[in-house]
Amino acid sequence: MSDISQTPAPKRSIWSRHKIFETNSIIMILGVLVVISIGGLVEIAPLFYLKSTIEKVDGMRPYTPLELAGRAIYVREGCYNCHSQMIRPLRDEVERYGPYSLAAESMYDKPFQWGSKRTGPDLARVGGKYSDDWHLQHLNTPRQIVPQSIMPGYPFLAKTDLEYGDIGTAMKVQSFTGIPYSAAMMESAIDDLRAQTDPDHPKAADFAKRYPKANVRDFDGNPQRITEADALIAYLQVLGTLVDFKTYDNKANLR
Amino acid sequence: MANMYAFLANIAQGVGVLYFMGIFLAVCVYALWPSNRSKFDTAAHLPLEKD
Amino acid sequence: MATGAIRNMTGGEQFGALALALFGIFCLIIAGLTESGPYAFHMVVFALASTWAFRALIVRRYHGQGPEPDFIDGKPNYNFGPVKFSTVAAMFWGIAGFLVGLVIALQLAFPVLNLDMPWTNFGRLRPLHTSAVIFAFGGNVLLATSFYVVQRTCHARLAGDIAPWFVVLGYNLFIVIAGTGYLLGITQGKEYAEPEWYADLFLTVVWVVYLLVFLATIWKRKEPHIYVANWFYLGFIVTIAVLHLGNNATIPVSITSPKSYIVWSGVQDAMFQWWYGHNAVGFFLTAGFLAIMYYFIPKRAERPVYSYRLSIIHFWALIFLYIWAGPHHLHYTALPDWAQTLGMTFSIMLWMPSWGGMINGLMTLSGAWDKLRTDPVLRMMVVSVAFYGMSTFEGPLMSIKAVNSLSHYTDWTIGHVHSGALGWVGYVSFGAIYCLVPWLWKKERLYSNRLVEWHFWISTIGIVLYISAMWVSGIMQGLMWRAYTSLGYLEYSFIETVAAMHPYYVIRALGGGLFLAGALIMVFNLIMTVRAAPDVKATQPAPAPGLQPAE
Repeated sequence: MSDISQTPAPKRSIWSRHKIFETNSIIMILGVLVVISIGGLVEIAPLFYLKSTIEKVDGMRPYTPLELAGRAIYVREGCYNCHSQMIRPLRDEVERYGPYSLAAESMYDKPFQWGSKRTGPDLARVGGKYSDDWHLQHLNTPRQIVPQSIMPGYPFLAKTDLEYGDIGTAMKVQSFTGIPYSAAMMESAIDDLRAQTDPDHPKAADFAKRYPKANVRDFDGNPQRITEADALIAYLQVLGTLVDFKTYDNKANLR
Repeated sequence: MANMYAFLANIAQGVGVLYFMGIFLAVCVYALWPSNRSKFDTAAHLPLEKD
Repeated sequence: MATGAIRNMTGGEQFGALALALFGIFCLIIAGLTESGPYAFHMVVFALASTWAFRALIVRRYHGQGPEPDFIDGKPNYNFGPVKFSTVAAMFWGIAGFLVGLVIALQLAFPVLNLDMPWTNFGRLRPLHTSAVIFAFGGNVLLATSFYVVQRTCHARLAGDIAPWFVVLGYNLFIVIAGTGYLLGITQGKEYAEPEWYADLFLTVVWVVYLLVFLATIWKRKEPHIYVANWFYLGFIVTIAVLHLGNNATIPVSITSPKSYIVWSGVQDAMFQWWYGHNAVGFFLTAGFLAIMYYFIPKRAERPVYSYRLSIIHFWALIFLYIWAGPHHLHYTALPDWAQTLGMTFSIMLWMPSWGGMINGLMTLSGAWDKLRTDPVLRMMVVSVAFYGMSTFEGPLMSIKAVNSLSHYTDWTIGHVHSGALGWVGYVSFGAIYCLVPWLWKKERLYSNRLVEWHFWISTIGIVLYISAMWVSGIMQGLMWRAYTSLGYLEYSFIETVAAMHPYYVIRALGGGLFLAGALIMVFNLIMTVRAAPDVKATQPAPAPGLQPAE
C-alpha cells in the first residue's frame, strides 16, 4: 500500500478508478436496501388490507379520555415489561384468562401493548375481574394483597394529580391516524374525562352516550381529586370488556 | 379489498421463497465464479497488510 | 502546527457553529414553553450540549486543531480520536448497563428493592438496562470498531473534520437523553424503541452523518475491493436507518409535548415493532458484530479469514433471511397465521447462514489452534463465536410454533437473549476492545494477560449460571402454566408459578454479578494498560501529533 501513497499515480487514472469504487459502494447500499425492503414490504403490506377484514365484532369503541390517559400511565411505567395483553388460543390460556384475544380488540391501540413476557399475569381481560379498591390497594402495596407477588409498588399514583390539559390534542393526533374519534368527542374531551370520574357530573349523560359500556365512577376512592390512579384503574377496568362475544361468529372470521 | 389481501398474502408466501432462491443462487454464482478467486484472495488479506 | 497565525474558521466550522447556535436557541425556547418538566430538562441538556460544542468549534483553532492531511510522510494519517472516545464510552456504558441489569435481576428476586418510587421501579429500569447494553455499550463498540476498521482496511483517513466527532458525541448525547427519559417516564412503550420522537429525530440526523462519514471514507480508499467487514458495517448502518424510520413513524401531540402517537395501530403496529425488534437483533447485534469478527479474528490470529467466498454468501443470505423472521415473536397472537408461518420458515432457514458464519470464524484459526492456549483475547473472541453458534441454533428452535407455545412469555426467552448478548456480543466486544486499546494508545501489549484470564473465567461462570437458571425457570414456568390436575383443572395459580421462580432469579442475579465483576477487572486492566504498559518502540520518527479530541 505504501507504494501507492508514496508515488501517486497520475491524477486522471485515479479519478477514473475512483468513480467505479464509489459506484460500487452505492450499488452495495442499493442491494442491501432492495433485499431488506422487498422482504419487509411483502410481509407487512398485506396487513394494511387486513384492516377492512379485521374480525367483525360488536362493541369495540375508542378509549375514553380518562382511559386514554390511564393507558399513557400504563406505558409510562413500563407495565408491558412484565404483563402481556394477548391471550393465545391455547387451552390453558383460555381457561386461565378468558377467550383468546382478537385483532379487533387492539385495533385502536397506539402503541400496541401485547407484550413479550409474563413475569406477571396477562392483562388482556383483567377488566371487571377485581374491584377498583382491590386495584388501588394492589397498586399501592402489592404484597399486602398478594403476599408472593414480586410487583413493584406504585403508591405515588394515587398521590399524583392527573395531568390532562392536552388530552383533546392527543385524541386529535390519534384521529388523524385512523382512530374514529368524532368532533364532539375531541371537543368535549376534558369534560368527558371529568364526567367519567363523577356520576353526578352535569355532562355524565352525554358522556355515557358517546362511550357505550364506559365505567362511570370515582376509581381511586378519593372523589376530591382526579389522580393518576383514577386513570390507570379506569384503563385496567375496560381491558377486554368491550367485545360482545355472544354475537361474535368465530367461523366467519377465519384468517 | 378482501381479495387484495388474499392476493398480497399469497405473494408473500409463494414469491418470497422463489425470490430468496433467486438471490441466493445469484450470490453463490458470484462468490464461486472462478475468475473472481484472485480478487477475493487479495481482499481476504486486507486486514493483515501493514501501512 | 502550534505556532504561526491563527487560521480562519473553515466552512464546516462556520456552518456547524451557526447550526449549533440556532439549535441551542430553539431548544431554550421550547424549554420555556413546555409544561412538562422532564421535557424542559431534556431541552436544556440539548442547549447546554450545543453551547459546549459551539464553543469547542470557535476555540479549536487557537489550540492548533483543525483539518488534517490525509497522509503524512506517505503514510495514512489515521484519525483515532473519535475511536478512542467511543472505546472509553463503550466501557463506561457497559459497566453502567451491566450494573442496572444486576439491579433489576435483584428486584425480581427481592421486590422490596423497587423502593416504591417512580424512577426506581422495574418497569422504568428495564428499558434503561436494555438500551444501555444494546445501544450504549454495543453502539459505542460498533462506532469505535467501524471507524477503526474502515480506516485500516481502506488505508485512508476517516472522512470529515468535525463530522466524525459529531457522530460519536451526538450518539452519546442521544444515549443520555434516552436513558434519563426512561427514568423520568418518557417512553414510547415499544421494546428496544422506547426513546420519544425528539430523541428519535436527533438520532436520525446523527445516523445519516454516520453513514456519510463511513461511505466517504470508503470512497477515499486506494484498494479496489471493499473488505467484507465493511459490507457488514454498511448493511448494519443502512438497515438500522430503515428500521428506525419505520418503527418510529410517530406524530407528536405538539412540539412542546414529549409524547407522540405511532401512526400504526394494533396488529400492524405489532408487525412493525417485531420487524424492527428482530432486525435490531439481526443487524445491530449480529451484522455489526460479525463485522468485528471478520476483522479482529483474522487480525489477531494473523491469518486471512477461512473462506472469503463463504463470507460473501454469508452476508447476503443473512441479511435476506433476517428481514423476514420478525413474526416469530408473534406466534399464536392475533397476527394472521400465514405471517406467523412465514416468519417461522425464514427463521429456521436462518440457521444455515448463521452457522456458515460461525464455521468461517472458527476455521480461521485452523493451523493456529495453539494460539488459543497462549492468547486469552483470541480465546475470548473464539468462544464468542461458539456462543453465536449456540444461540443461532436455539433461536430457530424457539421459532418453531410448538416450541414457542411453551417458551414464549417465559424466562427461556430471557436466557436465549443473554446467551447471545453476554456470550456473543459481550465477548466479541471485549475481545475487540482488548485488541483496540493497545493499538490506539500505542502500547506493546495489555497490562496483564493474567487479568484477561480472570475476566474470561469469572464471566464464563457467570454466563453459564445465568443461562442455565433461565432455561430451568423458563421451561418450568411454561410447563406449570399448562399443567392440569387429574380432574381436568389447571394445577397452578399464576402466583404459584411466580413463587417457584425465586431460587432461579437469585442464581441469575449471581451470574449477572459475576459477569459485572469480570467487566470491572477488564476496566482495571485497560486503565493500567494505558498508564503502565510499555510503549511501542518507535522504529521510525514519532507520528505527527494532532490526534487529540477537540476540547
